[in-house]
Amino acid sequence: MARDVQKIVLRGADDHDLTKLAEYEALGGYKALAKARAMTPEQVTDELITSELRGRGGAFFPTGRKWSFVPPKDKLPKPHYLVVNADESEPGSFKDNEIMARVPHRFIEGCLITAHAIDSEHVFVYIRGEYSGPYEILVGALEELRNRTDIRGDVTIVVHRGAGAYICGEETALMESLEGRRGNPRIKPPFPAVSGVFGMPTTINNVETLIAAAPILLNGAEWYKKMSLSSPKSTGTKLYSVCGNVQRPGTYEVVMGFPFKEFLYDLCGGPLHGRKFKAVIPGGASVPIQNMEEAEATLMDYEGFVAGGSMLGSGGVIVIDDAQPMVTVIARLARFFAHESCGQCTQCREGTAWTTKILERIRDGEGTVEDLDTLLDIGEQMTGKTICVLSDSCAVPVVSGIKKFRGEFEALIQGKRFHPVTAAVA
Amino acid sequence: MAEKKMVNLTIEGRPVSVVEGTTILEAAKTAGILIPHYCYHPGLPIAGVCRMCLVEVEKAPKLAPSCATTVAEGQVVRVYSDKSLDARKGVLEMLLINHPLDCPICDQSGECELQDYTYQEGREDSRYREPKRFNPAEDFGGDVIYVPNRCILCTRCVRFMDDVAHEPTLNVSERGDRALIGKFEGKDLTHPWAANVVDLCPVGALLSKDFLNKARAWELDRTASICPNCTQGCNVIMETRENQLVRMRPRPNENVNAFFMCDWGRLNYRWMNEKNRVEHPMVRGKNGLAASDWEAAISAAARALNGKKVFVAASPMLSNESLYLLTQLMQGGSGAFRVTEGEEAPLPGVEDLALRRERAANVYGAEKLGFNKTKDLLGGLGLGDVLVIAGEDLAGIDASSVARAGDVIVIGSILPEAAGKASVVLPIANYSEEEGTVTNLRGRVQRFTQAKQAPGETRPSWLVLGDLLGAIGKQTNFFLPSEVFAQLASSNSSFAGLSYDSLGFKGLPLVDAPPTSPKAPIAVAAR
Repeated sequence: MARDVQKIVLRGADDHDLTKLAEYEALGGYKALAKARAMTPEQVTDELITSELRGRGGAFFPTGRKWSFVPPKDKLPKPHYLVVNADESEPGSFKDNEIMARVPHRFIEGCLITAHAIDSEHVFVYIRGEYSGPYEILVGALEELRNRTDIRGDVTIVVHRGAGAYICGEETALMESLEGRRGNPRIKPPFPAVSGVFGMPTTINNVETLIAAAPILLNGAEWYKKMSLSSPKSTGTKLYSVCGNVQRPGTYEVVMGFPFKEFLYDLCGGPLHGRKFKAVIPGGASVPIQNMEEAEATLMDYEGFVAGGSMLGSGGVIVIDDAQPMVTVIARLARFFAHESCGQCTQCREGTAWTTKILERIRDGEGTVEDLDTLLDIGEQMTGKTICVLSDSCAVPVVSGIKKFRGEFEALIQGKRFHPVTAAVA
Repeated sequence: MAEKKMVNLTIEGRPVSVVEGTTILEAAKTAGILIPHYCYHPGLPIAGVCRMCLVEVEKAPKLAPSCATTVAEGQVVRVYSDKSLDARKGVLEMLLINHPLDCPICDQSGECELQDYTYQEGREDSRYREPKRFNPAEDFGGDVIYVPNRCILCTRCVRFMDDVAHEPTLNVSERGDRALIGKFEGKDLTHPWAANVVDLCPVGALLSKDFLNKARAWELDRTASICPNCTQGCNVIMETRENQLVRMRPRPNENVNAFFMCDWGRLNYRWMNEKNRVEHPMVRGKNGLAASDWEAAISAAARALNGKKVFVAASPMLSNESLYLLTQLMQGGSGAFRVTEGEEAPLPGVEDLALRRERAANVYGAEKLGFNKTKDLLGGLGLGDVLVIAGEDLAGIDASSVARAGDVIVIGSILPEAAGKASVVLPIANYSEEEGTVTNLRGRVQRFTQAKQAPGETRPSWLVLGDLLGAIGKQTNFFLPSEVFAQLASSNSSFAGLSYDSLGFKGLPLVDAPPTSPKAPIAVAAR
């Protein structure tokens, strides 16, 4: 299956130290940038539109189209800003960490290509505060470019470290934070393309999205588009960070449409000895939980995960085996969202905490049958009604968990404790 | 100015036409529909956080926050659809899960939007079975106490201090369900306009120390009036309980005070409850001043006047009507007034709104009607003149300077010590006890109305002066203050064309007042 695990984003990183400018250049680094700069910004954007690259932050919005939304400077005479969302905080997701730590120059090349495409000279990389390793590497890589004006051009890249709030991964909260304010999501409109960071037209992209711009420019949109095993709407490769109860956790890059079953059992080595997979959360904490029946039938792309009862999200695969009590897992997820809610919107502020309290009560054997209906109803109230989707994200694992693993909830409510050992052996 | 484009839409089946850029919430108001809301306030930037104003917009995938969604041509809005009602019911339940439900001891009870909307659209019970969040009450400085357990985090108070007072003092501290309103270190709500946060708070989280535990909302009688405490003329509501003024709150007027009033004006109402009142007419007899009846007192005053030159020492708290009638008494004499001064304190977020230096309601009206503004109140009093002291307390004035007067008539609510030799005392209602108009510093004439009853045999000043004018043979026949105003309007060109009806409760500028622009509501997208 080597064909299918073709590496684009992480190409060369296994055999070379691509944190070094010399090694990256020896591998053809920054050639895509030169190629892009020989083109007009519109041509670069068109190439991206043709490639059908879609945003890897979780929303899968077509990247080229997003770039095209920035109003031209003759219509809106303001500087354009490029913001890179490197505030990767989704539980289970650590792919951007891998990118920045292993291929920082390719990432910077992607940033510079994008800056050219949107006619921007200002790039802000908002990096998760806890990512001190990748931060050092990224700053080191930028340091190497200090005197390379042939590469940097007129572009200034600012790396800004977050201060530990998950909500600052939401693009408008990130901008508030970048501006020095409390990281609360903004109401839209105005959209970032018109009024983003510091009130300027802004394009904001995920790390993994931008890095794809380099290979796309180098090899052409058609080459990229062909990399798809299932739906023609999902093109290229995707990075997955795998964690949980699995033999070989880590970051994997596979072509869109790769079979999830093969991914879990072959690439990741299957379950731990003596255990069985019970559930998978395939896209980071905020996507619906899949049972194994759904997971094993899934083809790994945007459409495939939706068909499989979940979402691709950020590609943070959390594998849960039969030794784990689902209620505990879900209660823990809910507690995360309750802790990270910014508290602006009523449903999120109160709903995430209320959900957590009920789940923890059920977990502790104090639940009632009515609690499940209440949880589902709170979940409904938390979905699609708030400024950002953190509220929805909390409801998703809870609602899908109750729907798919109701038996475990009911057993706890009826006073049967979950015995991991018995469960694993049974 | 370019013609503003109108947008047509349907809200709950009613056709609505509003200016482009209007929000659905404001558009609904024009159709007589108040969409429930908490964080939205027309005088503050939009936050869109309470999610209470969610409505269904046809063809939109999600419910829309009506405070932050602008109208679109042909839009069909459903405020009371099942989906909208369900969403708002959900918000109300969430807002109440950690709320202490302590309405019986809460000052806001009866005027609480959480109560109102819960009764209107909320659930009859709660499904919450967990322990409630608790945070202790905190003194926010100034006149404000914060009770976090009742707070719904609408952030109106934070936005007022940031965007209207321009003095960031409050913030949202912590996050998630631990969030609460906090004060920046070393800061207190001591800004001269800070107490507006108490009015802005839709629930019982921010309370006035002054009003704390004084009255239940339903025990209050409310009267539309004008703040008498400076020349700005902020529109207010005077609230009384058992004939005692207990609170003054701002009444919106986009031409004067937007939605706000200053702390000084707000808290300076006790003088209108003054207890040392003259309650009966008095006439000087052999044994000094003695209680009399009105008829005898008016006759005595008329006799004292008897064609003599009159000097009027008036209070700038008197209405245009009373001041006008006083000018008719002068008989070739003159009138003067003095005014207490203090420091000017503007509210930066609203154009031309400040606690003004001159601390009386009708300084401009008094000047307009020919009274001389002076520091030496009795400087114009000629030897042997009849001194009419109208509403003036003569504080700080020595009895010897009154001695120059040939005779003294007191028309007031108290008997000034320095007016000891007065031959007649005619007790009048104070500012809160009668009706009239005052003219603010921009020449806006505004009506104030009677908020409480005057004690004893006290009468409204315009009535007393009318009777007195009648007694000295001037034709007067006033049964209502509006009639006095009508005569003023027909005799003084500045007031021409104005009437109580046309003034309404928002007032109108004098004919010769300089033009002012309305204070545009601040409600635009935040930042």
